[in-house]
Amino acid sequence: MTQSKRSFQIGSGLFILLGFAALAYLATQTTSLANYRQGDTYVVKARFSNIGQLKLRAPIKIAGVRIGSVQSIALDDKALDAVVELAIDTRFAALPDDSAAAIFTSGLLGDQYVGIQPGGSPDVLKNGDEIVLTQSSMQLEDLIGKFLVGGDSKTPAKTDGAEASPQP
Amino acid sequence: MSLPRRPSVVAESLAQLGSAGLFLFGILAAIPRSLRHFQETVRQVWFVGAMSLVIVMTCGLFVGMVLSLQLYYTLSIFGGTAALGTVVALSLFRELGPVVTALLFAGRAGTSVTAEIGLMRATDQLSAMEMMAVDPMAYVVAPRFIAGILAMPLLVCVFNALGILGAHLVGVSWLGLDNGTFWGNMTASVDVWKDVVNGVVKSTVFGAVIALIATFQGYTTPPTSEGVAYATTRTVVSSSIVVLALDFVMTAFLM
Amino acid sequence: MTTTRDVSATTPAASAVEVRGLRTVLNGKVIFDGIDLDIARGRVTAIMGPSGTGKTTLLRHVTGQLAPDAGSVRVDGENVPTLSRAKLFALREKIGYLFQNSALLTDFTVFENVAFPLRQHLRLPEELVRTIVLTRLQAVGLRGAAHLMPAELSGGMARRVALARAIVRDPSLMIYDEPFVGLDPIALNQVLKLIRTLNDTLGITSILVAHEFAAVRRVADHVYLIAGGKVAAQGHPDELAERDSPWTRQFFGGEADGPVPFQYPARDYATDLGFPEARR
Repeated sequence: MTQSKRSFQIGSGLFILLGFAALAYLATQTTSLANYRQGDTYVVKARFSNIGQLKLRAPIKIAGVRIGSVQSIALDDKALDAVVELAIDTRFAALPDDSAAAIFTSGLLGDQYVGIQPGGSPDVLKNGDEIVLTQSSMQLEDLIGKFLVGGDSKTPAKTDGAEASPQP
Repeated sequence: MSLPRRPSVVAESLAQLGSAGLFLFGILAAIPRSLRHFQETVRQVWFVGAMSLVIVMTCGLFVGMVLSLQLYYTLSIFGGTAALGTVVALSLFRELGPVVTALLFAGRAGTSVTAEIGLMRATDQLSAMEMMAVDPMAYVVAPRFIAGILAMPLLVCVFNALGILGAHLVGVSWLGLDNGTFWGNMTASVDVWKDVVNGVVKSTVFGAVIALIATFQGYTTPPTSEGVAYATTRTVVSSSIVVLALDFVMTAFLM
Repeated sequence: MTTTRDVSATTPAASAVEVRGLRTVLNGKVIFDGIDLDIARGRVTAIMGPSGTGKTTLLRHVTGQLAPDAGSVRVDGENVPTLSRAKLFALREKIGYLFQNSALLTDFTVFENVAFPLRQHLRLPEELVRTIVLTRLQAVGLRGAAHLMPAELSGGMARRVALARAIVRDPSLMIYDEPFVGLDPIALNQVLKLIRTLNDTLGITSILVAHEFAAVRRVADHVYLIAGGKVAAQGHPDELAERDSPWTRQFFGGEADGPVPFQYPARDYATDLGFPEARR
C-alpha cells in the first residue's frame, strides 16, 4: 500500500511538473517573453529623423537574426530627431563601427525592427558609441507618393547621415 | 388512472441548478477539512490529470497539425503564410486549447468521476463512510474537485504545447515554411498575459465547472445501475454545454 | 441536554437506545406511527417485519442519517435528531454498522478497508495499526485474505471483512442491517457465530435487522416485530414463536396471506378486468 501510495505521489508529481514545463515553454518560447531575454548587453545610440511605428523592445537584427532590442526612444530637443538606444547582446560585440542602422518593416504590414548592415571597419562599436549611418523608417505613404509621381523609386532611399536631411 | 403530474422542465432544471449551487457551497465548506486527506487529493490528481494525458496529448498534436494544414492553405491564398505560427498560437491559446481540452476532460475524467462516485453511492460506500464518521464531501468529493481545478490548466498547457509542435511539424517540416518566420512572428504577436495566462484562467474555470458537474451528478445519482449510466451521460452533456456557454461569456468579458 | 446526560449517567444499565413516539412520513407514506422501542444494553435485539415496513429506516434514525418527523431517538442518552454534525460524528465513532451489501471501499485492499476507520480518526504507529487490523481479521477468519481486493471476495467473505471493519474501533453499539441476506448456510452460520461471539465476549449492544426467523431465533435475546407502522409484537424469540397472534403467525409461520396482504392495494379485481356488472 505504501508502495502504491508512493507511486501515485511520484506520478502526480511528474504530471504537475510536465504541466508547468508546458506552461513555461509556452510562456517563454511562443510569446513576446521570448524577446525579453536579457543577457549581458551593450548599448549603442542611433539617430533617426523618423522612427515610424518603432516600439520599445522591438528586435534588432543582422541578416534577419535577432541580436538585441530597442531599449529606449527619446527625442533630442535640439536636433529634433529621435535618439534610439539599442541594447545589443554582448555575444555580438564585433560590430564594425561603420555599420549602418535602418528601420524596416517585417512583411508588408508587420511590426517594425531595426536592421543593422555591418560595415568594414576594423574598429568595433563599444558601449555608448553612436551609429552614424542611419536610415529612417520607410513610410508606406511616402512610397506610394513616390510611385505615383514616378520619382526616383529605383534608387535606394537616401542615407540620412547625422545631419538628418528631410526626405526629398 | 391519472399519472402523478410531472414537474415542468423549467422547474426541474431550476431545482437542479439550485442544488448544484448548494452542492458547490458544500464542497467549498468541506475543502478545509479535506486538507487532512491530502493523500487522497494527490491520488486524484493522478487519476483525473495524469490519466487524461494520453488523450490530451494525442488530440493536441492532431489539432495543431490540422490547424496548421487548414490555415496554411487559407493563408497562402492571401500570401500570408508567414502569419501561420501566430494564427495557430492565438487560436490554440485563446480558444481551442481550453475548449477542446475541457471537452476531452469532461469525457475522460468527468465521466469516470461521476461513475466512480455514483457506484460508491449505489454500493453504500458513501453511507459507510458517513457511518465511520468520515465526511464523504471532504474525503471523496472535495479531493476530486481540487484535482479537477489543478489538472485542467496543466492539461491545457500540455495540449497547447503539443498543438504548437504539431503545427510546427506540418508547417515547417512538411509544408516548408521558414522556421524563423514561424517562431518569429509568433513570438512577436503572442502576449503572455493576454493570451497564455488568459487561456490558463479560462481553463481553471472550466476545470472547476466540470469537476463540480461530475461530482454533483455522481453524488446525487439514484443508487441503481441505470441511475449511474444516466448520470454519466448527463455529466458529458451538461459539461459540454456549460463549458461552451461559459467560454462565450468569459471571452466577452476577458477580451 | 445536560439533564439528559445526567439521567443516562445515573442509569447506565438502562437502554442503550431508547425510541419514544417515533413518527416518520416518507413520500407521503406513513412509515412509523408512534413507535416506542428500547434496546437493552449488552443484548442482541432483533428488529423484524415484512419488507417495506421501514426497518432500515429505523436504523437510519438511530444513526442520524435521517431525521424523524416527530419523537425522540436517544442513543447513550443523546437525542440523535438534535445533534450537531460534529457531535453526530463523535457518536458514530462509537457505532459499528454492518451494511447489507458490505459497502467495502473498492479502491482499497481488505487490510486497508479494515484499517480505514483507524487511519481516518487516529494517528497510530503503523505497527499498531497492523496489529489491530490483523487481530480483527483473525477474529473473522480472514487474516490470510488481507492482501485481496474487495472484488476478489465472495459475498460471505465481504460481509465478514465488513464486520471486521465495523468492530475495528471497539464500538459500544453494533448495528447489523440484514446480515444474512444472500449467504449460503455455511457463511450464514459463520456470521451468526460471529455476532453471538462478539456480543458474549465484548458485551457489545447489538441491533439486528433480519427476515430469517430461524437465524434470529438462534442469536437474539429480544425481538421487535414491526408492522403497519407500529410494534406488532415483542418478546423473547421463543416466546414470540409460541404466541398466537395473526401477525406472528403469518410472519414467523410464513403464511403468504394474512394481516400483511398478498395483494398490493388495488381497485376491485373484476372492475379492473372490465366486468361492469361485477360492481353491483
